[in-house]
Amino acid sequence: MFDLSGRKALVTGASGGIGGAIARALRAQGAEVVLSGTRREALEALAAELGGGVHVVPADLSSADSVEALVPAAEAALGGLDVLVNNAGVTRDNLFLRMKDEEWNDVIAVNLTASFRLSRAAVKGMMRRRFGRIVNIGSVVGSTGNPGQGNYAASKAGLIGMTKALAAEVASRQITVNCVAPGFITSPMTDALNEKQREAILANVPAGRLGGGDDVAAAVVYLASSEAAYVTGQTLHVNGGMAMF
Amino acid sequence: MSDIAERVKKIVVEHLGVDAEKVTENANFIDDLGADSLDTVELVMAFEEEFNVEIPDDAAETIVTVGDAIKFLEKNAA
Ligand SMILES: NC(=O)c1ccc[n+]([C@@H]2O[C@H](COP(=O)([O-])OP(=O)(O)OC[C@H]3O[C@@H](n4cnc5c(N)ncnc54)[C@H](OP(=O)(O)O)[C@@H]3O)[C@@H](O)[C@H]2O)c1
Repeated sequence: MFDLSGRKALVTGASGGIGGAIARALRAQGAEVVLSGTRREALEALAAELGGGVHVVPADLSSADSVEALVPAAEAALGGLDVLVNNAGVTRDNLFLRMKDEEWNDVIAVNLTASFRLSRAAVKGMMRRRFGRIVNIGSVVGSTGNPGQGNYAASKAGLIGMTKALAAEVASRQITVNCVAPGFITSPMTDALNEKQREAILANVPAGRLGGGDDVAAAVVYLASSEAAYVTGQTLHVNGGMAMF
Repeated sequence: MSDIAERVKKIVVEHLGVDAEKVTENANFIDDLGADSLDTVELVMAFEEEFNVEIPDDAAETIVTVGDAIKFLEKNAA
């Protein structure tokens, strides 16, 4: 089950915690993977760890030109593209009343607009090949909201609507589009929490632990697989039960 | 019939799975040939590949019949 041999995948934000876990998991299932992000060294390090079957294609997703160039570059490296994982994401937290237009725009540009542009570019080839998997990495916050994250919550909720609209358009071409919405996942950011903050978070997580990148990656592998062909337009929450929909 | 017209009709028949005799120059992709809007996008992509041309979005929007496609390609394909 969930064999991805011969599949060609692009993972944005592969230099980050969750994206790295996603790239490792797709590779472990047999997919050939393009690793993207802005920090070339981090991408090269992951590529070295994984050995063969991966390519490094850096791209700054805050620049429209560089976004437009990414899918063609990935298709050239892989000889096609079957799986697109829009995982790159940023936060610029601020109280709503204090939020600068710039903070709003930066977050929407990387989290939402880049995902739109990459999906638009990828879906062309997927339609031709009559197979495609797009997985957008959202967040529990896109469904629940969160104080201080008006921009981020909007970007992640936007991904859910975009996912549904595109899913409906391309379902007849054997292309699925879904969202994976992580809850609290361990990262350098959560490592910095003190014991008290950690306890406060865990009090709201029935599973009693923070999630790992692997928990998110497993959901992505499933949605990328042939077995998930009949699942589209959905948001799969990976959050230890902290919010249930 | 020109070579371009032949090739256009062949693509339309293959892509939409319709009878060749229905693919006349006046046939409207959506109203007469049962295409949906995504089919029309795919047809344009197929024409681009077959004739090695780029069909910009504003031109693509004006291609609604088989004849429109033939005319565009006769003018723009090498
Ligand atoms: N960690 C959590 O608890 C959590 C919870 C819910 C959702 N998420 C979502 O999961 C995804 C991954 O998060 P993470 O925890 O793995 O965070 P992370 O370690 O900070 O990784 C973020 C990734 O996004 C990339 N990125 C940021 N700005 C970019 C830009 N302008 N151009 C290209 N790439 C850019 C980064 O690449 P470079 O560093 O190379 O620039 C990095 O690889 C994000 O979409 C995030 O919103 C995370």
